[in-house]
Amino acid sequence: MVGTRDDKDTVNRRGFLAVGVRAVCGAGLVALLAAVPAHRRAGAVALRPPGAVGEADFLAACVRCGLCVRDCPYDTLKLAEAGDGQPVGTPYFFARDIPCEMCEHIPCVVACPTGALDKGLTDIVEARMGTAVLVGHETCLNYLGLRCDVCYRVCPLIDHAITLERLHNERTGKHAMFIPVVHTDKCTGCGKCEKACVLDEAAIKVLPTQLAVGELGKHYRLGWKEKEKEGKGLIEGIIDLPDRMPDPPSIGPERLPGGGFKEFKP
Amino acid sequence: MSSPAYRPPARAAIEAKGWIGANKWLLIRRAAQLGFLALFLTGPLLGTWIAKGTLAASLTLGVLPLTDPLMALQSLLAGHVMETTALIGVAIVVAAYAVLGGRTFCSFVCPVNMVADLAVWLRRTLGIKEGLTVDRRLRLWLLAGVLIGSVASGAIVWEFVNPVTMLHRGLVYGGLFTWGAALATTAAVFLFDLGVARHGWCGHLCPVGAFYGLIGEKSVVRVTAVGRDACDNCMDCFTVCPERQVIAPALRGKDKGVGPVILSRDCTNCGRCIDVCTKDVFRFGTRFRNSPSDALGVGADAGPADTIARAS
Ligand code: SF4
Ligand code: SF4
Ligand code: SF4
Ligand code: SF4
Repeated sequence: MVGTRDDKDTVNRRGFLAVGVRAVCGAGLVALLAAVPAHRRAGAVALRPPGAVGEADFLAACVRCGLCVRDCPYDTLKLAEAGDGQPVGTPYFFARDIPCEMCEHIPCVVACPTGALDKGLTDIVEARMGTAVLVGHETCLNYLGLRCDVCYRVCPLIDHAITLERLHNERTGKHAMFIPVVHTDKCTGCGKCEKACVLDEAAIKVLPTQLAVGELGKHYRLGWKEKEKEGKGLIEGIIDLPDRMPDPPSIGPERLPGGGFKEFKP
Repeated sequence: MSSPAYRPPARAAIEAKGWIGANKWLLIRRAAQLGFLALFLTGPLLGTWIAKGTLAASLTLGVLPLTDPLMALQSLLAGHVMETTALIGVAIVVAAYAVLGGRTFCSFVCPVNMVADLAVWLRRTLGIKEGLTVDRRLRLWLLAGVLIGSVASGAIVWEFVNPVTMLHRGLVYGGLFTWGAALATTAAVFLFDLGVARHGWCGHLCPVGAFYGLIGEKSVVRVTAVGRDACDNCMDCFTVCPERQVIAPALRGKDKGVGPVILSRDCTNCGRCIDVCTKDVFRFGTRFRNSPSDALGVGADAGPADTIARAS
């Protein structure tokens, strides 16, 4: 290096300082590498904006510019921080914080320059940000026999994405329960239901569709549907025997295994 | 500085040209770096939107799209063809830097440059010597790795660590101030440059800078050592240059019949050499004025010389 015409003392002192700074920097680097992955926040599921292409394609397409975030009028979208559950800088939202208001003109999709949010999505009802699932069967007030219905009421696709199905209330024996049922072919995953759930922890949650909905084995065929498609049975000449119901309860006294009859006192 | 060991490289220039004269390009550069940042910040801070997005992709005044070309290339290799808006943005950026000098991005736009400059200034002030020697070509290998990695993973891989966009996004969206990844990445670059290798990040590793360098391989705007005959070998330009290997061929090329223009793609066009030179050897010019006779004070007699070039 240039310009080192100093006396010995200074050289030593400066050399010392340099070594110290080096050591601190090295330690700091190691600490940083260790600290970043440790920074995790558990909890809600981070959902992608409307129109987001599949997750694998999304990471090939999204440049993490945040233009979708800027143009969302409801501040729904955020760019992920370490620990939010999505790669740093990618757009997401937590339904329980601010759900998607399903804007008619979908400004987030319009703003995306890369196609990570697919311009093919022009009708917000076709969006699939996730799928709502009623996870809290033991806490949902409607399951407890009350008429909360809030998730059902707030759904922008009421009676399509979510319906109330009547079940017998076994606890009281004489009332009905109105069970919120989400229909995966209609639910957009907007999260309005999760946001509105009155419980401390929402009983209905929007999950990534893959987590929310099972998937049948590719080779599975539903017999009744195939039959419907064909208009007849699939196997020729099969004899449809009359269905047998369980035996009617016997009228007389019940036989005991050891012989004799129960409650029969000779 | 009080320590006798430290002679700021600009001291002689300040004495000769005054403080402003000795820091002209540095001041212009800082103004540009902060100015570009300000364009992105008027929206979130004042509600008046000029530029939206980040350095990865942005939209200015609702009409001008700009896209980071390396990002687009990774995306393409990962299997995604970007939409027209982003591709227009790539074309504009590539065209601009192909003329202005690829790494002009590094000197005038990239926010990491300020962090790296702070580290190197501290290094000089504290008297920290070179440290780890890293091959400057490593950035090209890293760039190749990033491109191959994008093909292999099907994702824009560099974005998982990229300090350039991490810091810019952190500043523009505020994530830098929440102890997150943006701060960690920026701190890592700073600590690496300060404690491990001189100009370690920008001068040796950053594939973004390397890619801009390749874009500007044949760029027009160049620093030229037109006044090289006046050079008194004070070495101040070598001290301040972040890519000092680029200077010698032009500055000392006379005896080899080499022209005065700094042609290396690594030159960041920062103009710091222009600032610190008391003899006004350097100035901005074009790559086309590069015959040895274009240097001032050299007649037509300049040609391949039989003298061995001075050690550089
Ligand atoms: S549809 Fe509207 S509310 Fe929903 S994320 Fe997009 S911009 Fe925001
Ligand atoms: S606008 Fe598109 S590319 Fe930009 S962050 Fe949103 S999804 Fe990603
Ligand atoms: S997420 Fe909830 S509110 Fe939104 S469409 Fe689905 S069921 Fe309705
Ligand atoms: S080398 Fe990389 S980090 Fe450094 S200034 Fe250039 S783009 Fe920014």
